[in-house]
Amino acid sequence: MNFDFSDEQKMLRDQARSFLEDKCTSQTVRTILEGDEPYDKELWAGIAEMGFLGAAIPEEFGGLGLGHLELCVIAEEVGRVVAPVPFSSSVYLATEALLAAGSDSQKSAWLPKLAAGEAIGTFAVAEGNKPATAKNVNASFDGSSLTGTKVAVPDGDVADVAIVAAKSAKGTALVLVDLNGPGVSRRNLRTVDPTRSYAELTFEGAPAELIGDDGEGWSLKERVFDRAAVLMAFEQVGGSQSALEMAKEYAMGRIAFGRSIASFQAIKHKLADMYIKTELARSNAYYGAWALSTDAPELPVAAAGARVAAIEAYGFAAQENVQAHGGIGFTWEADCHLHYRRARNLNLALGSGRVWKDALVTRLEQRNAA
Amino acid sequence: MDFNDSPEEAAFRAEVREWLDKNAEKKTDTNTNWRAGLDDAEAMAKAKAWQAKRADARFAQITWPEEWGGRGGTPIQTVIYGQEESQYLAPRGYFEIGLGMCIPTMMAYATPEQNARFVQPALRGEEIWCQLFSEPSAGSDVAGLRTKAVRDGDDWVINGQKVWTSGAHYSDFGILLTRTNPDVPKHKGLTMFFLDMKSPGVECRPIKQMSGDANFNEVFFTDVRIPDSQRLSDEGNGWKVALTTLMNERLAVGDASGPDIEELMELARNTESETGGPVIKDMDVRQKIADWYVQGQGLKYTKFRTLTALSKGQTPGPEASISKVVSAPRLQDLTSFALDLMDQSGVQMDRELTGENMQFMASNFWAPGLRIAGGTDEILRNIIAERVLGLPGDVRVDKDVAYKDLPKGTS
Ligand SMILES: Cc1cc2nc3c(=O)[nH]c(=O)nc-3n(C[C@H](O)[C@H](O)[C@H](O)COP(=O)(O)OP(=O)(O)OC[C@H]3O[C@@H](n4cnc5c(N)ncnc54)[C@H](O)[C@@H]3O)c2cc1C
Repeated sequence: MNFDFSDEQKMLRDQARSFLEDKCTSQTVRTILEGDEPYDKELWAGIAEMGFLGAAIPEEFGGLGLGHLELCVIAEEVGRVVAPVPFSSSVYLATEALLAAGSDSQKSAWLPKLAAGEAIGTFAVAEGNKPATAKNVNASFDGSSLTGTKVAVPDGDVADVAIVAAKSAKGTALVLVDLNGPGVSRRNLRTVDPTRSYAELTFEGAPAELIGDDGEGWSLKERVFDRAAVLMAFEQVGGSQSALEMAKEYAMGRIAFGRSIASFQAIKHKLADMYIKTELARSNAYYGAWALSTDAPELPVAAAGARVAAIEAYGFAAQENVQAHGGIGFTWEADCHLHYRRARNLNLALGSGRVWKDALVTRLEQRNAA
Repeated sequence: MDFNDSPEEAAFRAEVREWLDKNAEKKTDTNTNWRAGLDDAEAMAKAKAWQAKRADARFAQITWPEEWGGRGGTPIQTVIYGQEESQYLAPRGYFEIGLGMCIPTMMAYATPEQNARFVQPALRGEEIWCQLFSEPSAGSDVAGLRTKAVRDGDDWVINGQKVWTSGAHYSDFGILLTRTNPDVPKHKGLTMFFLDMKSPGVECRPIKQMSGDANFNEVFFTDVRIPDSQRLSDEGNGWKVALTTLMNERLAVGDASGPDIEELMELARNTESETGGPVIKDMDVRQKIADWYVQGQGLKYTKFRTLTALSKGQTPGPEASISKVVSAPRLQDLTSFALDLMDQSGVQMDRELTGENMQFMASNFWAPGLRIAGGTDEILRNIIAERVLGLPGDVRVDKDVAYKDLPKGTS
């Protein structure tokens, strides 16, 4: 047994950490939060230059040709600094969909651009205030064009290409749409986390091409989301760890009743609980990473487990970090709400904890039956 | 990153399997409990016989050095052995405290002659050991204990009382923490001994637990004489010795065992909900199952991370410290929920009526003890906060005060 990242992968993590801590301070995040720019373009270009966007993309398509374990360690660091860039949409979703089901020409057309950060990708499933299930997909694909509305699409305002779930003659299909082409309109949305944007995308006969098999769209969507769930779990673990460290640092320095508040047991136990949940999430994420990197049949269960544990950890750490800070934690000025927002965002982005828990049990039932 | 056995691990697993096949009975679906149909004496005899067999094959304490009957093996080998043995009807219990805590303390502090006398019989299950630390007035704060040891010639004379001593009623020997100097701060006035539980003046009274079982005891000491040669380390150095024992306790106690996700899912499949179908189709039930599944997986893979660090010769990270504080409350919550699923019939605690469901009742009445034994939930959180996260210790009002001047409370 060797249940750890390799020395090279840890080196990559250190490299990613020092790069991101240098280039993405909380001021970087705040600039996006408070300004009109949808994401930090300079940071995005830097991340692209480091090769992080294409870590798991084969060299023939312009990537580094490393594996998913490498991508996992990078994702954790992206989460630590609450990076205001469309990393998850472009890398975990669009890139993974192309790698999983793209034709050679689709891959050649898009992967090199995605790896270089010249194009941003996303994945559009939900259609408003109803569960994002196959049954509720009403956007329709007629074999060459797409019509319908998708909301909320992560990074939909800045994406150049989207993988879209649509109804087709054969059931559900995933289609690839060039968002800069005709028949596409976008509207920005206000969300809990303005450091990552969302949009409503409306398609009116927009040219679209099938990705993967027609009629198999929903199972392909689930496959891609499982892969994204593992990667995002690392991002959430990174965020959770960072919120814990923030809470610790503040508590150590804050004096009340003649001593450091970090010596009060209620605070100590709160931080111990953050630690416990973060470690449980990390271990589940590791298992997910193993399943992802080996394409194991355990991936559906492992991915759901990683997602559920990560949601629990980041939600808790982000929220209790505010409490550990007292009044200052409730202000705009303190950085606590950066994690609070990002945790809410990531915890819902690929589907809520409630939905994933249900899916996890379904998968356990299927496994037991098999 | 992989779960594959290395060639050495695979060879070891094959050796274990071959040995178990020859020496133990494989579990079938219908016989999963090695104790079934045995009374206490028979169960103990069976456990002792199995322990001797394991020890002779050097599978009892795999990581111990060869000179002590181990193999100088790795923690991963211990896990591999455990994985394989769990598929057989192999007795457990009785020896963990002795081999996991007392004997390692002996190895660190007893003389070579004493170890030559005691290690083998303990390893082979011929002699059972118990840990005599907690007292009515001192549990979490065990250094506040009262049991007195007074020097008298070549002996020490012991007077006092221990409590919650697991297995004292069937133990042959014990390690005993005493107060030898009340005039110095509490940690500094302690001394450790080992003793024969049949020494005159030792009286053991089983304590009936909330479940009605009696696994632990009160142990009274009235003018018990212990030769000075059975002192472990110097007079006044007992706290340091106790820390050796307690460090090993964290490794020995480990995860709570009991009904888990599979059993809960089985119950939920076989239980009808108010709306007709199996209750496992209900969203609230699914949410809970998922939460506990994920916690269980988190612990399992945390352990794998620890083992990996050990096998690379690294000190495991702090992640190992979360095991009991997660698994014990989890067992309690999971089994409480199982009773909830049984609705009104959940009140029954009678194997004839409940059948297999009895395991949930039994574990629900054992879990509270697990949350206390070997460090309460609160103490474990203190440990994580202080030793793992590096937060400051509690404000201590007792640090520089002589033991005799400390306030004494309920006991
Ligand atoms: C099943 C079982 C088996 C046992 N076996 C043995 C054995 O073989 N040998 C042995 O020596 N002992 C044994 N024990 C004793 C066990 O170690 C103690 O019960 C335990 O350490 C708690 O001590 P206590 O019972 O005195 O409770 P207390 O220490 O009085 O604790 C009471 C409550 O106060 C809380 N508390 C205490 N101190 C703090 C603090 N600093 N911060 C926050 N909260 C605090 C505790 O968490 C708990 O909730 C066993 C106990 C059980 C339940």
